[in-house]
Amino acid sequence: MTDKAEIYSSTAVHMIKRGFITGIPIMLGYLPVAITYGVLAKQAGMTLMELTLMSVMVFAGASQFMGVNMIAVGTGTLEIIIATFVLNFRHFIMSLSFMNQLRELKLKWKIPLSLGLTDESFAVSSINKDEAKMEKGAFFYGTIISIAYLSWIIGSFLGGVLGDVIPDRLSQSMGIALYAMFIGLLIPSIKKEKKIAVIALFAMLIHALCIQLGMSTGWAIVAGTIIGGMSGIYLLKEDVA
Amino acid sequence: MIILIIIGMSLVTMIPRVIPAFVIEKMQFRPWVNRWLSAIPYAALGALIFPGILSVNPDKSQIGLLGGIVAVILAYIGLNVVLVVIGAIITVYFLSL
Repeated sequence: MTDKAEIYSSTAVHMIKRGFITGIPIMLGYLPVAITYGVLAKQAGMTLMELTLMSVMVFAGASQFMGVNMIAVGTGTLEIIIATFVLNFRHFIMSLSFMNQLRELKLKWKIPLSLGLTDESFAVSSINKDEAKMEKGAFFYGTIISIAYLSWIIGSFLGGVLGDVIPDRLSQSMGIALYAMFIGLLIPSIKKEKKIAVIALFAMLIHALCIQLGMSTGWAIVAGTIIGGMSGIYLLKEDVA
Repeated sequence: MIILIIIGMSLVTMIPRVIPAFVIEKMQFRPWVNRWLSAIPYAALGALIFPGILSVNPDKSQIGLLGGIVAVILAYIGLNVVLVVIGAIITVYFLSL
């Protein structure tokens, strides 16, 4: 009995450690972006409490930047909320994929893991799919998402308190961080399975095309993800799924 | 008034995120749907990388592109994601000098 309990807890600790190591790139990418958000939100006239609360309750970078901009120029409440819905709707598609990957987990795990889904936490979690089948795998994903969430909240708060602490040129350079992380996640998968490159390139093409047609970024990413993903129906074999 | 905006933004973000958690519980998908859903991470990564990466420096789109190419090379030779990120940041930093 105690043996079993020990194995149980050591597996959980092991998964938390692995989740932590896997989640570090998100922390690296989020902190400077969150600090910038905090600075801009403060300049837009939000209080420290409001700007931190937004990070706690919304936890979606791009839409928070947009929201702050719209608050700054005095856009109506309803308009801000509708724009947020459009911009974040892609998370519905990502969550559908992520929850299918985590099908074996109990609902009490699925709910918090889905609520903590962002572009970045989804990207890192979904690329590391083996843990979904492992014992205590939920701790792995829970740790990744917790790191992302805490980095985002702490960064926002720091930005609001400290103001512009990161030198301009450095913070501009850090704008590449999350893109580089996405690339760093995608390339190893492509090295394993070349067809994945076709899926990703197809999605890029659709996204770019939709932008050319005048679609908003939010819908263009949704279209790129859904239609790009459809190529996987033909390209991927069942064992990859 | 801002608190109302925050609550509204939270609801329209969190509800679409959480609905799949309940949907998946009740549904078994056909194999082609599973293949589609398992391709979503790669499609999402593609759509998130490009063309967004061109706007890293809105005035000079080649800076983001070059940073991206360096990231591809570093990732291709098998470096850890953290090093890929740092390498890309350094590249963009020097290109912006």
